[in-house]
Amino acid sequence: MEHQPPPFFKTGPTPFARLLIFALLSLALLVADARFKYLDVLRAVAAVIIYPLQRIAGAPASIARRAGEFFVTHSSLREENARLTHENLGNAALLQQLQSLQAENAHLRGLLATRERVNTKSVLAEVLYAARDPFSRKIVVDRGFQQEVKSGQPVIDHAGVVGQVTRVYPWLSEVTLITDKDHLVPVLNVRNGLRAVLAGTGNDSALELRFVPLNADFQNGDRLVTSGIDGVYPPGLPVAEVSNVERNAAFLFARITCKPLAGVNSHAQVLIVSAERDMPQRPPGEEKPVRAKKSRKGG
Amino acid sequence: MMHSRAATPQEILLPVKPAFIVATLIAALLVNLLPWSGWWLWVRPDFVALVVLYWCIEQPRKIGFTAAWLLGLLMDVADGSLFGQHALAYSILAYAGIVLHRRVQRFSITPQVLHVIPLLLLNDVIVLVIRMLTGADFPGYQYFAGSFVGGALWPALSILLKLPQRPNADPDHV
Repeated sequence: MEHQPPPFFKTGPTPFARLLIFALLSLALLVADARFKYLDVLRAVAAVIIYPLQRIAGAPASIARRAGEFFVTHSSLREENARLTHENLGNAALLQQLQSLQAENAHLRGLLATRERVNTKSVLAEVLYAARDPFSRKIVVDRGFQQEVKSGQPVIDHAGVVGQVTRVYPWLSEVTLITDKDHLVPVLNVRNGLRAVLAGTGNDSALELRFVPLNADFQNGDRLVTSGIDGVYPPGLPVAEVSNVERNAAFLFARITCKPLAGVNSHAQVLIVSAERDMPQRPPGEEKPVRAKKSRKGG
Repeated sequence: MMHSRAATPQEILLPVKPAFIVATLIAALLVNLLPWSGWWLWVRPDFVALVVLYWCIEQPRKIGFTAAWLLGLLMDVADGSLFGQHALAYSILAYAGIVLHRRVQRFSITPQVLHVIPLLLLNDVIVLVIRMLTGADFPGYQYFAGSFVGGALWPALSILLKLPQRPNADPDHV
């Protein structure tokens, strides 16, 4: 079992020297990635290497899900069908209204000579897995730039905003959820049009409104939708509902906790929306943010 | 230093095949990539770290820094975390394994676990420090649970990964 080589055998650098080399390499990568974002190509290469493993690892769960779908009972299918028909009827009425409203809106906007607001297209994506990193809230979905997903596109489910595409690989992309600690969404209070910035907390069921003055009119149950002023999220997508407002005069800002409307952690499929909007040029000197990092005060 | 406590009589194993090492590392990567969720995520040990450490202790001349570092890069991509954090942690883990391999090999399985747990914790702490330097919050002490589970899995892993090296014939014959 003794492996100590006599000194006349060449064994290369000592372990400590090797450790130094690899540690320095890793640190260089860390700094390059954290500060300069130069490593997208390297990351893409590694992503391609690991892609088959990711698909294989995801296979048991997706097979189980499909098997589960196969063995649904007749009654539950009928129930679901009845519910969906019902929903569909309700939606159809809204949709007809929407069409006429859209036409009217376009007409009015034409009269006022203002810009068209949004022109949305969407791609359905399946969630492969939630990132195993306890520090961040991310999911990986099975659509990448081969399917024309772009970094920065918002991701929604049937109830509201789920997050935003932050990294795109050839066949996969990474979505940062709105509950991620570093994620900000500019929102609008539907009830009174107050603007604010909604930030994740790292907690799955809580978001907080940042920089809202103590006297701002936010109440429990207020619905927040995207304001669209960031140029990233199309306006009007539901995001969250205010669940708790705490006003303490000792602090500068009110403490407003919200609940995400979308099932941020509980879906198998999401919709990646590509909102092509004609935005005015950004003022010079401001780099184009990938994330919606804006801190506009409400009111 | 090495005469601390004699382990059970040493078995003489067949030489390990490099292909087997590669296969176990890929398998570990695969297990890490499974869609873990909820509290499983907290108790899940880092299987790649565990297997890298195992091979660094068992076969320090067959696997080393390069493999550990490359696996670290792949984990970083899969997790969508900063490039290099797992690479750094696995390199240091590999170093610890290679430096300590003679000592750890002399111990029987249970005291080996007591060596492995601190090394896995070290691995966690490195990742944690890097994350906190780049602005993450402390995720809570449950973050370290995975290392203890990893330590608990060490005996099973050790038996499992030695199986292919067991000679088929009667051990007394050797």
